[in-house]
Amino acid sequence: MTAQQQSNGTTATPAESAGTRTVRFRIKRQDGPGKPVRWETFNVPVQASSAGSGSANVISCLQWIAANPKTTEGKDSTPVVFDCGCLEEVCGACTMVINGKVRQACSCLMDDYAPNDGDEVMLEPMSKFPVVRDLFVDRRRLFDTLKRVKAWVPIDGTYDLGAGPNETPDDQQDRYRLSTCMSCGCCLEACPQYTLEDDEAKWATSFAGAAVISQVQYFNDHRTGATLKKKRLDEMSKPGGVSDCGNAQNCVQVCPKEIPLTESIGKVGRAVTFHNIRKFFSGS
Amino acid sequence: MSMPSQQQRVIVVGGGLAGLAATIRICESGLPVDLFSLVPVKRSHSVCAQGGINACNEIARQQGYSEYEHFDETVYGGDFLQHQPPVYEMAHMAPRIIDLLDRMGVPFNRTAEGQRDLRLFGGSLYKRTHFAGATTGQQLIYALDEQVRRFESEERVTKWEFWEFLRPIIGDDGRCVGIVAQDMRTMQTRAFRADAVVMATGGCGIVFGKSTNSVMCNGAAASRCYQLGARYGNGEFIQVHPTAIPGADKLRLMSESARGEGGRVWVPGMRNEDGSWGPHPDSARDPRQVPDDERYYFLEEKYPAYGNIVPRDIATREIFQVCMDGLGVGGGNMVYLDLSFKDSEELERKLGGIMEIYRKFAGEDPCEVPMKIFPGVHYSMGGLWTQYQPKDDLRGMEPDSPINMMTNIPGLYAFGEVNYQFHGANRLGANALLSCIFDGLFSGVGVVNHVRNHSGQPASGMSQSVFDSAVKAEEDKIADLTNRSGGENPYVIAKELGEEMTAASTVVKSGPRLEQALGTLGELRDRFGRISLSDGAVWTNQNLSWTRAVGDMIALADVILRGGLERRESRGSHFRTDHPERNDADFLRTTVATYDSGSGQARIEYEPVEIGLVEPRARTYGRVESEESEEKQEQTV
Repeated sequence: MTAQQQSNGTTATPAESAGTRTVRFRIKRQDGPGKPVRWETFNVPVQASSAGSGSANVISCLQWIAANPKTTEGKDSTPVVFDCGCLEEVCGACTMVINGKVRQACSCLMDDYAPNDGDEVMLEPMSKFPVVRDLFVDRRRLFDTLKRVKAWVPIDGTYDLGAGPNETPDDQQDRYRLSTCMSCGCCLEACPQYTLEDDEAKWATSFAGAAVISQVQYFNDHRTGATLKKKRLDEMSKPGGVSDCGNAQNCVQVCPKEIPLTESIGKVGRAVTFHNIRKFFSGS
Repeated sequence: MSMPSQQQRVIVVGGGLAGLAATIRICESGLPVDLFSLVPVKRSHSVCAQGGINACNEIARQQGYSEYEHFDETVYGGDFLQHQPPVYEMAHMAPRIIDLLDRMGVPFNRTAEGQRDLRLFGGSLYKRTHFAGATTGQQLIYALDEQVRRFESEERVTKWEFWEFLRPIIGDDGRCVGIVAQDMRTMQTRAFRADAVVMATGGCGIVFGKSTNSVMCNGAAASRCYQLGARYGNGEFIQVHPTAIPGADKLRLMSESARGEGGRVWVPGMRNEDGSWGPHPDSARDPRQVPDDERYYFLEEKYPAYGNIVPRDIATREIFQVCMDGLGVGGGNMVYLDLSFKDSEELERKLGGIMEIYRKFAGEDPCEVPMKIFPGVHYSMGGLWTQYQPKDDLRGMEPDSPINMMTNIPGLYAFGEVNYQFHGANRLGANALLSCIFDGLFSGVGVVNHVRNHSGQPASGMSQSVFDSAVKAEEDKIADLTNRSGGENPYVIAKELGEEMTAASTVVKSGPRLEQALGTLGELRDRFGRISLSDGAVWTNQNLSWTRAVGDMIALADVILRGGLERRESRGSHFRTDHPERNDADFLRTTVATYDSGSGQARIEYEPVEIGLVEPRARTYGRVESEESEEKQEQTV
């Protein structure tokens, strides 16, 4: 039950009203894995922002399309499928490629991206993860890789065993910056070494990517977390580990949380080198 | 996927703080857990919590604070509507919860000496809030997510992410023995067996359209339990947070920690001869140009002791009233939340997360100019009704009891925001993260005991028919929704629902307005019967999922409105212009709603509140004009 051809052939223009402009969304759509790709355009009325309303963003426009799924050609279409959650850039769900650049859709404001009547915004799903439908992709590989590198602090259990280790404010600030990673996948989309892998069996040997390498650094930096440091560095020494990084440094450019990803990669890279030298001489 | 298994299992629905804490506790005791979530658990709404988590600590203790004070503040903040033994237990476990989170590696802010830093928060005169920047919820959920990932790698937890909970399965003996869920990618609907089910599905802000909540917080999961016989408690108590920034898609929270760290709330004004304040003719001018004697710091003037950190219901009503009186910025619905006078380096370290949100979404730097804010729907104190086993002296709960936080359906539990316990008529800031984690860790033990000790047949051995008929019921419902063709648009119905709920049932309510809203709700319910889906796909159909939830939101809205109508008093977040006083004689009672499937409406009853530890007192927070009414109220108590 998809598009029903409308006979009049006119462009569906939303009613013009004072303070409203039209933004044209060009959206890459796909009904499911292996299904053909098509492009659809939708005209979305956007209110001029004022104190008290705030700017429209990509999410509010996709919500408008969901309620009014009619293309600019006047064809009945379907709500565009997309992933979102908090809408304030802390959950990491709504990553997509907007005008060719990967970012969170919620913080993508129409005041910046489409300030004038008739401006166009192009939406595509991330290309490094399998498409589920339309703009919704399957990022299980990212979470799977976190398991591989033991991205946790191995506590003795939830019983009352007193406080954790003290740390200096500077150390806390360093760890905090790494801990704001929301597994959104922007750094992976931008990375030339991170490529689409549909085959789950190959995830274990495919490049882990900046987000995960930075988590390795985060946990190795914690006093209790460091008890698994050797195992993490073993993992980082294997195919798909830190040496797969091509040093393009795109990751750090696109990170919405401004996490010093290249710094983490550098630190993990050096730790892996020392780890392997030590292993070579100690034989274990 | 072999369904029948000999092993006992527990299902946890929801992967926020409450669901993850429960999962950890239950796994640790040796039972396998199936964890269901609409989203990858790391993306749950708990990430949005900003300010911190309350617990008594050594510094506060040496200044005269204690766990008992924390308990008392919580009860006073909640206007005495909560059962006291669970709150007592929570406040006393809080310091140990902080220690545990610390051991898990949460990067709590530190003092120069390396101790955990503390800040002030609403409803307390002591620093007892632990925090990690201004993204404390995100940092806590990541720590729990990491521990669950560890169990997952040991195959003790199975995650079912992007699966939607559709209903609890209730066996012939009335026990909950599993759930029906649907894979939102493949659209497969199937039954899962379990000897206990923990609902940890959060709040229902989306019922109000725009709120500070994430998109999945629509209350549908709780509503589905309610529509199958679970009671719903105190539904009318919805917290409206005083400080949010309005947006086209949602209201973005500006944490109470902004005020805890010294932020001041004001509007431009002119002081009249009699000392009262009137609007300033040019109140929209650049706030930086407003001289100090034309700034009306209304919270500080009215509440000299607590100032800007009065509890949320009070701050919200005061901001609302100031705007109703025409004193809002530019005459509109807006007041200033001012941090611009503070040291910007300290602001970044302690509040960086929210400063960034304001910069990104409002386009101005709070280090330079005051933020423009207005109240927004934030948290549901009400939720699924649950039981608990108090200790004989009421000081806490029996830790092993299987009935702790169990709904009226045996084996069906409610943890976290979806549980109506702990917060009464108003939640104190930084108590939500605490209550969510507390539920999981403390009452998770009772879940395990229920599974091990209940006298009925294990779910794994029950006949297939009860599971098949539950799946069939949901498949029929899907077919019914898909086949409707009346042309009504479910998105439009939800938008109208949200607007009406916000207008009638948030900061200020009245009997006639609530009656009117119930009329509107009836119309929306009729129209919902005539909806048409715009997507008939059998793969990843978000249109179907959303539409189904709209029906459940309507059922829950009825609970909220009807509870508000019947409660002819004002208490905490519930303020009735036609009944402005608290009325303990008639309404120091829990509202209990049960679903009438014939009418689709709630039947409201009341039951007593356990107030055996702290006697209710007038709740004024030292408001300057209120001495007189305080005396009056104390006489009636």
